[in-house]
Amino acid sequence: MALLEIRDLHATVGNREILKGIDLTVKAGEVHAIMGPNGSGKSTLAQVLAGRDLYNVTGGQVLYDGKDLLELDPEERAQQGIFLAFQYPVEIPGVSNLYFLKAALNTIRKSRGEAELDAMDFLNLVREKMSLMDMDQALLNRPVNAGFSGGEKKRNEIFQMAVLEPRLAILDETDSGLDIDALKLVAHGVNTLRSPERSMIVVTHYQRLLNYIVPDFVHVLADGRLVKSGGKELALELEESGYAGLGIYDEEEAVGKA
Amino acid sequence: MSAVAEKVGSWLEEFTRQPKAEDRLQELREAAFERFSKTGFPTTHDEEWRFTNVAPIARKPWRVQEPGVRSQESGGLLAQLAKYAPQTNPFVALNTAFLSNVAYLHVRRGEVSEEPIEITHRASGDGAFHARTLIVVGPGAQCTIVETYEGEGQYFQNAVTEIVAGEGAVVDHYKVQRESAEAFHVATMQVQLGRSANFTSHNISLGAALARNDIGAVLAEGTEATLNGLYIVNGTQHVDNHTSIDHAKPHGTSHELYKGILDGKATAVFNGRIIVRQDAQKTDSKQTNKNLVLSDEAVIDTKPELQIFADDVRCTHGATIGQLDAESLFYLQSRGIGKSAARSLLTYAFAQDIADRIKIPSLKDSLERILIEKFHEHAC
Ligand SMILES: Nc1ncnc2c1ncn2[C@@H]1O[C@H](COP(=O)(O)OP(=O)(O)OP(=O)(O)O)[C@@H](O)[C@H]1O
Ligand SMILES: [Mg+2]
Repeated sequence: MALLEIRDLHATVGNREILKGIDLTVKAGEVHAIMGPNGSGKSTLAQVLAGRDLYNVTGGQVLYDGKDLLELDPEERAQQGIFLAFQYPVEIPGVSNLYFLKAALNTIRKSRGEAELDAMDFLNLVREKMSLMDMDQALLNRPVNAGFSGGEKKRNEIFQMAVLEPRLAILDETDSGLDIDALKLVAHGVNTLRSPERSMIVVTHYQRLLNYIVPDFVHVLADGRLVKSGGKELALELEESGYAGLGIYDEEEAVGKA
Repeated sequence: MSAVAEKVGSWLEEFTRQPKAEDRLQELREAAFERFSKTGFPTTHDEEWRFTNVAPIARKPWRVQEPGVRSQESGGLLAQLAKYAPQTNPFVALNTAFLSNVAYLHVRRGEVSEEPIEITHRASGDGAFHARTLIVVGPGAQCTIVETYEGEGQYFQNAVTEIVAGEGAVVDHYKVQRESAEAFHVATMQVQLGRSANFTSHNISLGAALARNDIGAVLAEGTEATLNGLYIVNGTQHVDNHTSIDHAKPHGTSHELYKGILDGKATAVFNGRIIVRQDAQKTDSKQTNKNLVLSDEAVIDTKPELQIFADDVRCTHGATIGQLDAESLFYLQSRGIGKSAARSLLTYAFAQDIADRIKIPSLKDSLERILIEKFHEHAC
């Protein structure tokens, strides 16, 4: 059975339709890459899956583990194993990273009927995952993402993912703005988590990331629809000929041509 | 009823009921009662009291009770009593008319008092309490003072605190107002600062049905004053903070940060007056008031009041009124944290920087505990 099944998904923000009928099936253990021009709806799809109520789902269905995903609150989705690495991680002054992550992990564990981790076990777990991401432990006592560099924020997302161990991870441009060393670290963190039970949707603009996180499938999202799907070669093709090779233009360019 | 009786109501009876005090005290009392008799309580027609209606205090016949602090020797400070707090404020006049147990505190020249000095004004039982505190800090002296207001039942606490700090003195003042939920709390604090003195006020307002603070500080040359405030109101609580920072001489610095959290049908007022006198060139002053409004029915009135008569100064001010940030909420929820826990966590976080400014560990801990109790119960 597919872990995630998206059928003819439509979503709007305000009265503007952003997703115009998405179909996508992700089986356990698969990694799907989604590419596409700016503004095509990649983040909207990611946020809709995570339950952001800013977007209204106006049609279609999403099944997660065979059950209706769209009727769940964001926290319920997270508790059932969905994780979104944000394109723009949110800064939360006044809440320490450590406190935040402990609250998150223990809420998720509790919802699964598992015992909460005590301070010692939690700290050990966190230390292990931090070294995986080569992160400075001082970041733990800092407020969530506040004053983090762009790269630190992205690494922090993957670090959180490593601690929370989701079943479906959605990475929204986690590679953007990373230098090559940071990119390798992020990819290493992601690859460590790859397993036959865990699925991933990786949103990216660059083939570069896909050299390290090799996807099973690549999809192109343009103007709210998946217009092309293929294997990992599709990303290489796009790298060479751009979206124009597929007859797709950036919104701005399209306006320029009109 | 005569005009006077109408204004002072049962206070005249209370005034005549109190036993006579020594000469100087009695003189202060009588002059103050005369002033109060002329004005009576303010009404919302008075600009200073536009948003705070004290009619519930005015119409009740209060029995005057002994203040919660024990009687102390004035130790030569009597001459400075009632010299600073503005006698034009009817509540100050009323307090002065009922002067009895004064908490006197004298930190002598150059003395460094390591441990915080705690003054607890406890209102035990119904009635009116006129807490009075006089703190004199000599030149070069240092001290930390914690004034706590608490009590049980429905009472009226009408407090006046005067602080005089000499040249180069360093004074940290904490006020924790955790009166009973039915109490009325009106408090005036007037601070007279010497040259190059450094004064910090932390004004934490949590309790009372109605709370009003008037905080005034007069700065001399090179004086630094910091005013931090946190008010948290819920239900039908009302809190009003009026602050006034008077830069009288050049090179003064003032930083003011007041933060408020409002829920239910609570109302709050912030009025921040900054005066920069003609003489006070090179003044550097910054005022910020931030409010987090958690319900549709809570109301905040915030107003800066800048009176600047010097030209070479830097004064900035800003006020914000906001709700919890939807993106932050979603971020927390997306990590599995439930909505109400996420709201609590963000509300707590809003107040965190004020808590962080508290330098007394035990007080910081207890404030954090109070915040956690108020906002945080479901977080983990
Ligand atoms: N909150 C919002 N309000 C208004 N418009 C929005 C909102 N969120 C997204 N949009 C619009 O929806 C469209 C899709 O945005 P989305 O962020 O999903 O694109 P994207 O494919 O992730 O782009 P990028 O590659 O730049 O991240 C854009 O035109 C964007 O302006
Ligand atoms: Mg995006």
